[in-house]
Amino acid sequence: MDTADGFEAHRRWEQTLNEGRWAMVPWPRKYGGRGANLIEWLIFEEEYFRAGAPGRVNQNGIFLLGPTLMDFGTEEQKARYLPPMASSREVWAQGWSEPNAGSDMAAIRASARKQGGSYIINGQKTWCSRAAFADWLFGIFRTDPDSQRHRGLTFILVPLNAKGITVRPIAQLDGETGFAEVFFDDVEVPLANRLGEENQGWKVAMATAGFERGLMLRSPARFQATAKRLLELYKRHAAEVDDSVRNAVLKAWMDAEAYCLNTYKTASQLIAGGSIGAESSLNKIFWSELDVHMHETALSILDARAEILPTAPEAGDVDGWLGGFLFSMAGPIYAGTNEIQRNVIAERLLGLPRA
Amino acid sequence: MRSFLSKQCDAVYVRKSWETESGRSQQLWAGLAELGALGLQVPETRGGLGMNEVDMVLLLEECGRAALPEPFAETAAVAAPLLASLNDCAEAQSILSAIAQGSAIVTPSHEINPFVSDAHIADFVLLSRGDEIHLLKRDQIEAELQESSDPCRKLFKLRWTPAVGSRVAAGQQGRSLSDDMLNRAALAVAAQQLGVATRLTDMAVAYACEREQFGKAIGSFQAVKHQLANVAVRVEFARPVVARAAFCVATEAAERSVAVSHAKIAACEAATAAAKTALQVHGAIGYTWEVDLQIWMKRAWALDKTWGASRVHQARIAAALLGGEAAPSFGFSV
Repeated sequence: MDTADGFEAHRRWEQTLNEGRWAMVPWPRKYGGRGANLIEWLIFEEEYFRAGAPGRVNQNGIFLLGPTLMDFGTEEQKARYLPPMASSREVWAQGWSEPNAGSDMAAIRASARKQGGSYIINGQKTWCSRAAFADWLFGIFRTDPDSQRHRGLTFILVPLNAKGITVRPIAQLDGETGFAEVFFDDVEVPLANRLGEENQGWKVAMATAGFERGLMLRSPARFQATAKRLLELYKRHAAEVDDSVRNAVLKAWMDAEAYCLNTYKTASQLIAGGSIGAESSLNKIFWSELDVHMHETALSILDARAEILPTAPEAGDVDGWLGGFLFSMAGPIYAGTNEIQRNVIAERLLGLPRA
Repeated sequence: MRSFLSKQCDAVYVRKSWETESGRSQQLWAGLAELGALGLQVPETRGGLGMNEVDMVLLLEECGRAALPEPFAETAAVAAPLLASLNDCAEAQSILSAIAQGSAIVTPSHEINPFVSDAHIADFVLLSRGDEIHLLKRDQIEAELQESSDPCRKLFKLRWTPAVGSRVAAGQQGRSLSDDMLNRAALAVAAQQLGVATRLTDMAVAYACEREQFGKAIGSFQAVKHQLANVAVRVEFARPVVARAAFCVATEAAERSVAVSHAKIAACEAATAAAKTALQVHGAIGYTWEVDLQIWMKRAWALDKTWGASRVHQARIAAALLGGEAAPSFGFSV
């Protein structure tokens, strides 16, 4: 997905999905969806992963920005951005972090200065997922130069082909360019590209982050599919490993089931009119640690072959476990580090005092 | 149930129960009958409410939250539905009415446990051995007390003589009732552990907000916050697993044993993690006899090992998942 050719192949797959109205089934029909409810969406996800279908190249768009647009966008914005997002004619990258604003996201410095009918953007974003090949970027920028922390920020949509933008791809642990640095040098975008109110970007961004940590980004079928592959791997090698590995495999299966059950619980609450807030932090810790656990277990079964790439002549059934392991190690970091999630749980769910 | 237990079964009552000979209160038992809780799973034709496991686990969670000493789970959640399934046994049917009225205590005995709880006050013991189920009256057993680290728990080594007259099921029916007993009891333990875990977490959070060191509440330190957050994650993800197991038992789903074993493991992990963390957060004061934390910590540790320790339930799940059958499917099916 993170090479130029692979990216375009994924984009074509998304277009095929969209032609059958399968790209984003919970969206309204007018935006390219099927108007499915959340339970139906979870069923779609189960079938998608059961089929072993490709990863979603536009996940920043369809799973994160899409739901945010539904909540905060004007009718014009929804009509403008959602259909090409569903078809992946426009693929999105995210622009949250900066060199000095990581876990401390409120330290953002990249600025958007109002000038006539435009914002003039300057500064730098980094760790921008998919930015190496994407068409658009969403992010938050400081619109009030005198503001502190999370006040004075605005959520803005930026075309990556705008004049003054430089994208520098960053190779990840596996050597591919899954993310990039983006430099803004007097980049001009219309005021109409603002999502939500001016200086209220933090609130909009928190909603997006909630989708990321919560329901949409990591549907349970993804982990159940991995747990199922792990069971099959274990069965092939059961004679070579001891009971501690068996128990680790059982834990993987149990936690994938628990994640599924909890997601159905959350979906039922949302359908009944409820909302999720800080609870999404519980979710993010659980799925990221589950993913690490499953891949570590797989590597312990593969033993000395765990370091062998699938391209090696004697690779056997190493499959994608090593690549999956490397990716799983990013889980406790992206979408807000698990340390930040633990602070959120402690302060907002348990009611412990702020530091 | 929560409001009833918070009045009738507070920590003062629990401590008082340690000092009495039976460790149990007839007044509290009568109150549980009056609430309808004892007859929750007794059929309406026998004076009960005819509700199911999905409802019962909610009450059991409250029992854990209150550290109720009484054998509510044993009588109302395990024995009652088992007796209800013995359609041809007139004695079993009459005991059901007595359970709902609060005039009969029935405790289950299963080979998975070396000891039986509450045999000293039980009117009947419903006993599973091999493929036979026996219904024993109090005068048909001898019970020797085995002191527990949880002073609320009254455990006994049982001696009894097999008699044809006491046998209420055998063969295929006996084996199926034996499995049923284990599933219902392990589910009841899991549900109680959710309440125990929640209470321990609440106590630790309250203490961390109040206790000050270095000039501020210790709950403001990340080292404390993160440990409690980890417990919150385990509890959050155990609760729907217990609910699913209750649904599987209520609907006699084919995968109910796997679902129950998963619930037992997940809820016991949550409760024992909560116990360990709550003690660490309290520090030395939590290690004292005087502080009530011990009531719930000891319950968490005791329940963790009863009705099958993790090893037993892992083996049951392994047999289902790895036994050469097709790998489990997606969604609710296992």
